[in-house]
Amino acid sequence: MLSALLVMAGIAIVLGAVLGYSAVKFRVEGNPLVDKIDAILPQTQCGQCGYPGCRPYAEAIASGEADINRCPPGGEEGIRKLADLLGVEFKPFGGGTVLKPKAVAFIDENLCIGCTLCFQACPVDAIAGAAKQMHTIIASECTGCELCVDPCPVDCISMVPLRENIATWKRQYPVFTLVAAK
Amino acid sequence: MPRFASFSLTNNMSAFFAPFISKPDTVSAIMLRVLLALLPGIALYVWHFGPAILVSIALASLTALGTEALMLKLRDRPVRHFLSDNSALLTGWLLALSIPPLAPWWLVVVGTAFAIAIAKHLYGGLGNNPFNPAMVGYAVLIVSFPAQMTHWIAPHGLGLAELDFLGQLEYIFLGALPPNVTLDAVTMATPLDTLKTRLHLDEPVNQILQMPIYGRLGGQGSEMVSLGFLLGGLYLLAARIVTWHIPVAYLGTLFAAAGIFHLADPAHYAAPLFHWFSGAAMLGAFFILTDPITSPTTPKGKLIFAAGAGLLTYLIRAFGSFPDGVAFATLLMNICVPLITLYTQPPVFGKKGPASGKEKGRP
Amino acid sequence: MRTLFKFNGGIHPPGNKERSTQRGIARAPLPAKLVIPFRQHAGEAARPVVRVGDHVLKGQLIGMPDGYFSSAVHASTSGTIAAIAAQPIAHPSGLPDLCATLIPDGREEWIPHAAVDYRNSDPAELRQHLRMCGVVGLGGAVFPSDLKLRPLRGHPNKDIGTLILNGAECEPYITCDDMLMRERAAEIVQGAEMLRFMLEAGEVLIGIEDNKPQAVAAMRQAVADSGLPFEVVVVPTIYPGGSAKQLIRVLTGLEVPSGKLPTEIGVQCFNVATACSVYRALAHGEPLLSRIVTITGNVRRAQNYEVLLGTPVQELVALGEALPDTDRYIMGGPMMGLPLSSTAIPLVKASNCIIAASDKLFPPAPPALPCIRCSRCAQVCPADLQPMDLFWFSQSREFDKAQQFSLFDCIECGACSYVCPSHIPLVQYFQFAKSEIRAREQDQRAADHARERHEFREYRIEREKQEKAERLAAREQAAKQAQPPAASATPADDAQQKIQAAIARAREQAAASRPKNTDNLTAQQQAEIAEIEARRAKAHERAEPAGEVADNHSEGRSQ
Repeated sequence: MLSALLVMAGIAIVLGAVLGYSAVKFRVEGNPLVDKIDAILPQTQCGQCGYPGCRPYAEAIASGEADINRCPPGGEEGIRKLADLLGVEFKPFGGGTVLKPKAVAFIDENLCIGCTLCFQACPVDAIAGAAKQMHTIIASECTGCELCVDPCPVDCISMVPLRENIATWKRQYPVFTLVAAK
Repeated sequence: MPRFASFSLTNNMSAFFAPFISKPDTVSAIMLRVLLALLPGIALYVWHFGPAILVSIALASLTALGTEALMLKLRDRPVRHFLSDNSALLTGWLLALSIPPLAPWWLVVVGTAFAIAIAKHLYGGLGNNPFNPAMVGYAVLIVSFPAQMTHWIAPHGLGLAELDFLGQLEYIFLGALPPNVTLDAVTMATPLDTLKTRLHLDEPVNQILQMPIYGRLGGQGSEMVSLGFLLGGLYLLAARIVTWHIPVAYLGTLFAAAGIFHLADPAHYAAPLFHWFSGAAMLGAFFILTDPITSPTTPKGKLIFAAGAGLLTYLIRAFGSFPDGVAFATLLMNICVPLITLYTQPPVFGKKGPASGKEKGRP
Repeated sequence: MRTLFKFNGGIHPPGNKERSTQRGIARAPLPAKLVIPFRQHAGEAARPVVRVGDHVLKGQLIGMPDGYFSSAVHASTSGTIAAIAAQPIAHPSGLPDLCATLIPDGREEWIPHAAVDYRNSDPAELRQHLRMCGVVGLGGAVFPSDLKLRPLRGHPNKDIGTLILNGAECEPYITCDDMLMRERAAEIVQGAEMLRFMLEAGEVLIGIEDNKPQAVAAMRQAVADSGLPFEVVVVPTIYPGGSAKQLIRVLTGLEVPSGKLPTEIGVQCFNVATACSVYRALAHGEPLLSRIVTITGNVRRAQNYEVLLGTPVQELVALGEALPDTDRYIMGGPMMGLPLSSTAIPLVKASNCIIAASDKLFPPAPPALPCIRCSRCAQVCPADLQPMDLFWFSQSREFDKAQQFSLFDCIECGACSYVCPSHIPLVQYFQFAKSEIRAREQDQRAADHARERHEFREYRIEREKQEKAERLAAREQAAKQAQPPAASATPADDAQQKIQAAIARAREQAAASRPKNTDNLTAQQQAEIAEIEARRAKAHERAEPAGEVADNHSEGRSQ
């Protein structure tokens, strides 16, 4: 009886020591989970999730504070990847989020007054211009976050959906008939 | 989510894609040719053991098709389309050939239904079953109904009595025998079974093999059936329906294992040729192990798979408690298929390691 | 006899080449309209350098190469540019692309052009010349030839031991290279010599499949006549033996490493028709304006025609006299060709063949069955892949696994689909998976780029804040030392007022249906305004169909 107890206690002590040692030895700096989540997020920095950017949303997901289904630009694909990473169930978009086609902002240069409010709002510095000068969107840098639309005092910014062209075209999932339609 | 969505195409063009030509070969034609290749063996079976096997095959065919249709209906698949692939028929035939012809009718029905419904369709139907359905059916029957699974007909001229076709039918369906005949008179232990029992009684092999149920190669009659399956198997090889890897590796390993033991101790271990031509070795080598769905896809993988099955067959026959080991060897190796396939991936073109950079063959 | 090597796999589909080799190459008549796409080559589309209404001469540059990976596009004949707009082209997407519509004037008036003395020219200049002549690979990949002649990056001194001329033409029905070799062997041999000169290659091998004895004889004769030490090698007929990597393997025994260029193993490979166009470009200064196209299949007169680039398919179909039950057309061969959505689509540099098709000629494949893992596809795969595994991963969207199983080594030759007893469109699954993986990589790059820019912006704001704080601190310090402040309006308030004023002005402007400054305008100014308005309208128009496209996408995903 005593020997059994001693053996169990001995095993417990050894295992505890190994665990404690590895916790110190293999300590991971920072929070890799946040980085992994951030890598999946589309980096539009649009704030549609209710957080002020992709990284804050990633931190909120990692801490369990936010759900994985609040990033419309990431699409269902993004939710699926997050679900895979976190080992949780896939869920459809919640909270009134709507999926929109990818778009870039377009500034009507006839109306723009050069107030600079839009490029203060742009999270990726994709608007070129200076005070009292007409502003232009650098379309290749625009993430389509729409953050510049509201600040514009003269409503000269509109979102132009990206049209599929030969360079951006994607093949569809092959679907073929199982039974020939007669 | 169904793997094969079935809905009409809106645009005729999208159903038309390269390549626009294809080899006129279909799954149902392949399965049909495998069924054809079984015919010589079946013919010899009838010749040596009477027509009872035809009844089993007919029963198994009907059950297989019925169960398949029912399962397809339940799974909401197009019944006619899938039924015409002949794969259910093949499962039924293989199972019927593995169990005693004089087994009661419900044994065939239960085995076939289990094979199709559980071993095939519960795993996702054609192409998705990890285990050979016919062998699953066989394993279930031999574990659940061991007594009925010994009703092997004695070959012509060896039994104490012989049933005519009507008598066989009566026994299969009603379990009734003519008044002056006992079951033991018309049935007989298989050559492998006899060998096993007699060896337990410490009789030497060569003495056992003198008994009348043994022929020149294996069992009287059953060796001819095995030859028939070998013939059909050679046709499958010639028609390129199966590759040489599995039959050669299987029969080779069985031969080698039996040969080593036979050389070491001929009194206790039968000769390799005996192992080839008794039991289900030939059927297994050409028809059961070669089932593409449950065997590895890579050439090296096929060799490993079949060699493992050959070794297991021999070990079960020589040291196990069952007389024959083909079914369990197949099922055990089926488990290993994904692993074998994964670890035997052939090198891809342009990724053959440093050797590909070697300037060989330059003038 | 040269020792030949084998590659694994391959198939032997019926050739059906005899019909279109009964007659010689004919010149197709000048069509009433040419539609010349600006993207006829692999890489970036050419940039238009002509305007609508311009009169152009035959051989005049209309599309300038745009970027490194691009090539030039020319007017195939003299005439007037009637439009520069998106038009349907031969592309699996069915999407239109930018094309110039050229109405020929019938005079075939050439732009001045002259031969290049290639033996006394700098290789870089010659490459530039070929690039400006729009010379691209005519075997189907339309890879800009000048790029293939460039010294290997990182290995500037890597020798090209072997130059291979690809005359294998393994795909059924197509005979354009066969006929070209029979009729223009001397030009091909001269072109090969030019390529060899530019590459400084050692030996030159001309690989031709053994089902083209006349072409072999013609090429051998031409090589003998030229006195050049080239070797015409007869290779066994097997599909896809004409694929560059497979032909290199057969002729040299070398395998082009996965993801690498043949130059890394000291081999370069050009199609025979490309060699011919190199000859035209250097010996005559002619840009690539035409090519040989086979019209065959369900037609009365199967034949090869020399066709001006931009000729609509229907012109060729009319020459071939398609039979009445023809209901669709294929550009390319029956193994890898592209079904055409219309016959108004122009023939381009990549078009080697047009097959008129009917149900009788190409019976629709029986409905598909599940994969039974028979591994016939693996037995015929020339890239030594396991198509049944790739199919499994592609159809279940396990793209990482598919990539791990070397999906991108697939050459999409279609041999696997050809032998599949379950009639699964394997190639379509592989194309889908490749396209999806590429799109994801692109999205990932865009996201990474956006993250970088976002992080830089945050850093910048932080820095500005800090600088401002420092400035303020410094000013406070200065203020403390001087008089106490007396100003009331802060600069921020001032800015607000200005913005408000500007907003008011803009509102006024927007409210007025016609701005006041449009009263006394010159005709030119009016025209400019109209043009701007049109552009804006187009931008809005562009916004509309995109919605539908996106819908289709989500539909596709839910399958």
